[in-house]
Amino acid sequence: MKIAVCVKQIPDPATPYELDPGTNFVARPDDQVLDDTDRYGVEVGLQLVEEIGEDATLTLVSMSPSGTLQGIRQALAMGADRAIIIDDGSLRGADALTTAKVLAAALKEDGFDLVIAGTESTDGYAGVMPQQLAELLDVPSLSFARKVERDGDKIRVERQTQAGYNVVEASLPALLTVTSGVVEPRYPNFKGIMQAKKKPVETKTCADLGVEPVSQQIIQSVEPIPARQAGEIVEDEGEGYLKIVAKLEEAKVI
Amino acid sequence: MRGTALRFELADEHESFRKVVRDFAEAEIAPQAARWDETGAFPVATVRKMGELGLFGLPFPEDVGGIGGDFTSLCVAIEEIGRVDQSMGITLEAGVGLGINPIFNYGSAEQKERLLPDLLSGNALAGFGLTEAEAGSDAGATKTKAVLDGDEWVINGSKAFITNAGTELTSVVTITARTNENEISSIIVPAGTEGFTVEPAYKKMGWHASDTRGLVFEDCRVPAENLLGTRGRGFHQFLATLDDGRIAIAALALGLAQACLDVSVDYAKTRQAFGRPIGANQGVAFQCADLKVMVDAARMLTYRAAALKDAGRPIKQAAAVAKLYASEAAVSASRIATQIYGGAGFMESSPVARFYRDAKILEIGEGTSEIQRLVISRGLGLPVL
Ligand SMILES: Cc1cc2nc3c(=O)[nH]c(=O)nc-3n(C[C@H](O)[C@H](O)[C@H](O)COP(=O)(O)OP(=O)(O)OC[C@H]3O[C@@H](n4cnc5c(N)ncnc54)[C@H](O)[C@@H]3O)c2cc1C
Repeated sequence: MKIAVCVKQIPDPATPYELDPGTNFVARPDDQVLDDTDRYGVEVGLQLVEEIGEDATLTLVSMSPSGTLQGIRQALAMGADRAIIIDDGSLRGADALTTAKVLAAALKEDGFDLVIAGTESTDGYAGVMPQQLAELLDVPSLSFARKVERDGDKIRVERQTQAGYNVVEASLPALLTVTSGVVEPRYPNFKGIMQAKKKPVETKTCADLGVEPVSQQIIQSVEPIPARQAGEIVEDEGEGYLKIVAKLEEAKVI
Repeated sequence: MRGTALRFELADEHESFRKVVRDFAEAEIAPQAARWDETGAFPVATVRKMGELGLFGLPFPEDVGGIGGDFTSLCVAIEEIGRVDQSMGITLEAGVGLGINPIFNYGSAEQKERLLPDLLSGNALAGFGLTEAEAGSDAGATKTKAVLDGDEWVINGSKAFITNAGTELTSVVTITARTNENEISSIIVPAGTEGFTVEPAYKKMGWHASDTRGLVFEDCRVPAENLLGTRGRGFHQFLATLDDGRIAIAALALGLAQACLDVSVDYAKTRQAFGRPIGANQGVAFQCADLKVMVDAARMLTYRAAALKDAGRPIKQAAAVAKLYASEAAVSASRIATQIYGGAGFMESSPVARFYRDAKILEIGEGTSEIQRLVISRGLGLPVL
């Protein structure tokens, strides 16, 4: 079984993002890290590979300036077998649909039985790319998976809902998105890190894949989020919980 | 100029690995370190997680269940764990340096096959019992005796201050004992052997969550084949074991000094007095500068010694230099950091108070500073006793 996990390299969230003032695109330093939400997809993929055994492989597919490949190496060190990077200057600031088209072309060319993606990226937060990708690949899409099982040529997931979960299944090939926090992503160990250096990473351009990127999204302006208001401290004189319940009701949280 | 012998940076793999261990330490250890320090509880589940990350198997080849890394990678791990929690740092350091190393270096094929898989995966810990109440720096003065009776060693005596000797995970303790008047040998004693008592944990100034025990042997019998390596080579074995261990202790000290530098700089930038950050005073800023110098120097010496070890070169002198400097730097750094924190630094709620208490042992364990100076001066050819 050929599992592909879509992963994204993003600027390290620990340091504040810079925006290019001309285009409002996030400035991408050479040293990008693996998007934290993708660690869950990689972990789910690796667990499936381990369950299936010998003839299962995990390929990372990523559209990003390859840079130092630090983020991709992180995922390879966790245990992925190889990576395909689509690195093309014309993809700078690509919108979600363009990204989906490029990834679809790469996935079709390489072949797959299952595509795993995160629910949304930490730098873009659009949350629509995986469904667009499924459509372009013409495969069923199972979203918000919290548990994944393979059953012959079917894939079954527990799909997280507000109230609980649904059990949904689809025949392969299929695409699924994984919700952050559903598994505990493994830390790569030193052996994994050393092996990651030797794992194959193929870099492709749009021309290689025969796609022509046309981004239709233009960022017109960017507003900083308002500074967070000071919180209110509830003094607990034995009945603090009542005040908190009242606040939560007022906020319609409960 | 190209081709100079000195390199001042670790390899990419080591730096990538540092990031992983740092993430692990920040997520799994840092949030609980203060609580473990307060209760003195040994966090078995976390030690197992360190095992899952492969930390105990780092410098050992894959054919015995290791990770196939090197000594430098072990130092990186100890430094990063020690940066957030010295107790877990010493648990790893002693687990590998004192627990696994002698068995890996001197064990028979059978002993290795039986013991190493669990030790290297962190499912078990081994202790190393050298020190006695009256034999510390002068470890050759060991009084514990082992007498061969048929096909068993009968052990009598006691050991003091032994790390990792009484945890839930402890599978064996390797001890040194006199096997006749002029002869010291190492013997492996499984936990739970009749006649082998592990005393209650000591109350210590620091390293609260690290397990330290006294051991008592009363007609304790173990099979003759539990002898580790050649009979009579115990003295030589522990000297070599301690040489490696000293580099790893230097890494642990480096972690503490780095932590002191990091928190001191943060505090000096944010703490206000007289309407400005305290770091605007040269008196405070220069203390931070001194910390930086100590950390850089300790780092160079530690990783130089580790690089020599990985290159298979002699390390005795370099290990003693690194251990001496880094441990003394750690003690100074914890004192400076506490001073920069002011009254808050004296409070157990601050990270520096714990570092202050944890630092001192670094100048004592695995050879006191005086013993390091002895080793270094002997290396200089001086006729010291
Ligand atoms: C928390 C902790 C964990 C430990 N873990 C272990 C362990 O796992 N295994 C183990 O075997 N041991 C362990 N030890 C023991 C440790 O290695 C010894 O405490 C240390 O080697 C010093 O020995 P000592 O305490 O007997 O001090 P002593 O040897 O009595 O030294 C007292 C003082 O005299 C000085 N001195 C002694 N001889 C000389 C000399 N020739 N020249 C100049 N000065 C000298 C020393 O430097 C020191 O300042 C541990 C100790 C502690 C506190």
